[in-house]
Amino acid sequence: MTDNVTPDNQTAAQEVSVQTTMIEHLRKLLDADLQDAAVVQDQIVLRIPASSIQQVLAALRDDKYAAFNQLSDLTAVDYPERPERFELVYQLLSMRNNMRLRLLAAVGEGQAVPSATTVYSAANWAEREVWDMFGIFFAGHPDLRRLLTDYGFEGHPLRKDFPLTGHVEVRYDDTLRRVVNEPVSLVQEFRDFDFLSPWEGMQAQIPGDEKAGKEG
Amino acid sequence: MAEMQIKPITMNFGPQHPAAHGVLRLVLEMDGEVIERADPHVGLLHRGTEKLIEHKTYLQALPYFDRLDYVSPMNQEHAWALAIERAVGIEVPRRAQYIRVLYCEIGRILNHLLNLTTFAIDVGAMTPLLWGFEEREQLMGFYERACGARLHAAYFRPGGVHQDLPDGLLDEIGDWANEFPAFINDLETLLTDNRIFKQRTVDIGVISEEAALDLGITGPCLRSSGVAWDLRKAQPYDAYAEMEFDVPVGKTGDCYARYLVRVEEMRQSLRIIRQCIDKMPDGPVLAENNKVTPPKRGDMKHSMEALIHHFKLYTEGFHVPEGESYTAVEAPKGEFGVYLVADGSNKPYRCKIRAPGFYFMAAVDYLSRGHMLADSVAIIGSLDIVFGEIDR
Repeated sequence: MTDNVTPDNQTAAQEVSVQTTMIEHLRKLLDADLQDAAVVQDQIVLRIPASSIQQVLAALRDDKYAAFNQLSDLTAVDYPERPERFELVYQLLSMRNNMRLRLLAAVGEGQAVPSATTVYSAANWAEREVWDMFGIFFAGHPDLRRLLTDYGFEGHPLRKDFPLTGHVEVRYDDTLRRVVNEPVSLVQEFRDFDFLSPWEGMQAQIPGDEKAGKEG
Repeated sequence: MAEMQIKPITMNFGPQHPAAHGVLRLVLEMDGEVIERADPHVGLLHRGTEKLIEHKTYLQALPYFDRLDYVSPMNQEHAWALAIERAVGIEVPRRAQYIRVLYCEIGRILNHLLNLTTFAIDVGAMTPLLWGFEEREQLMGFYERACGARLHAAYFRPGGVHQDLPDGLLDEIGDWANEFPAFINDLETLLTDNRIFKQRTVDIGVISEEAALDLGITGPCLRSSGVAWDLRKAQPYDAYAEMEFDVPVGKTGDCYARYLVRVEEMRQSLRIIRQCIDKMPDGPVLAENNKVTPPKRGDMKHSMEALIHHFKLYTEGFHVPEGESYTAVEAPKGEFGVYLVADGSNKPYRCKIRAPGFYFMAAVDYLSRGHMLADSVAIIGSLDIVFGEIDR
């Protein structure tokens, strides 16, 4: 971690070397499972195939030198334009080395990923949340139910193609004496302002330029 | 007598129950009065914070962090501010770092006061709550003096803090810090050796070191299991590297150890607060980089440049260079992390919030198995659960 109080170049250089040694060690440890390794903003980032997640996590945890003993976080990011649209992100922490590591694995829509619950119990709810929010299926998960959304909810809200307003709204119906789901009806049209403009002076093409080109 | 098969009883705990600390629906499978399985149903406070943040500029996303763990708002803004500062690469002035550390520790005491006293009321002691909230009121007064809001502060900004502290506030905080140890002692006389309190908490909800690490437990709950791990020490951010404080570690990992660790953490927070007041440097409180931080109000009266910057920052906002980062701070409850994916525009592409309470809630099943129904209340109270951050 950078220490922004005393930005000492020497310690920074040392830290980078610690991370590169770790990467060298991990290359030997993970061998064919490792697709790519880099140091991004003082953190090690590894790219692995989604199918080998279980053995990679187990290797990282059980190795005496690496000893990544805690799964801090597990989440996903949606990139609809990619052929494999989701990216699973595992944040690991090694207290022995005081080091963080990020595992990235690309996952296609409808593809099942081996569950990490056998390696870290912390993955249990985290995987339920990813299933809920992105619809990524984890094979071998003991109890893969929706976690945060309502009972009977449909869709996966954190996908980029899910609208911010959602599809249904709830209200209490006095005559039926229960809560009812209805399609969203907005009194005012949903407003999403686009304030993007060239901030650092003129660029080659600013939004709207392409229209001018067509006519002239 | 013939053998009888007894069907386990399923019991609903909450969602409207004072000991559920918010809107928790806990479905308990009971064998008589013994819990066989606990299935927490969370999400009743889910507001889609992460989705909303994807549609807001970086500065507009900041107030959402107050609304996660609403008991210690500034600690979470801190994580967001640090994440942006790291991505944009701006240096925070020294005075701002000290103010942030000062207010983070006030937030820690604010949080622990709420947790310890509500925990006490859950297991039957009413007085600590009444006493504790009087102190909390004073602390929220300090919040209000600095930023104008008692709870939803929006005070920590990328590049520093929103405005400087008013005159005399530091002295007042110092006076309060001198009196507060006496309050902690009073609180301890009510609870630490209290027979009823100990009967309800000792050896209840024990979690071993290995299990705690495996379940992703962080913060005071992890330390009470004997793991000396504090991000303020291990990966210091802002001015924490210059502060002198100890990290209390428990031995037994039960509800009582979690109580003791929090009490000691309040004393250590006081030490940090005093150091901040003594060593508070002079200077600006916001980085002077008008591409990220707004110009001063006075400058805007006669500088066209400042006016343009102000307008641009509050409409378009600033751009964060493409990249990903995971930034974690030691919030009062544990490791609070922000995984930020920036695509180079003025809005985050994805922001994942790692809330410590989320993993505590997931561990409730592990912790309460084999315990009595009444113990589940003590376990939930000792874990320090706030639903704002679990449901997000």
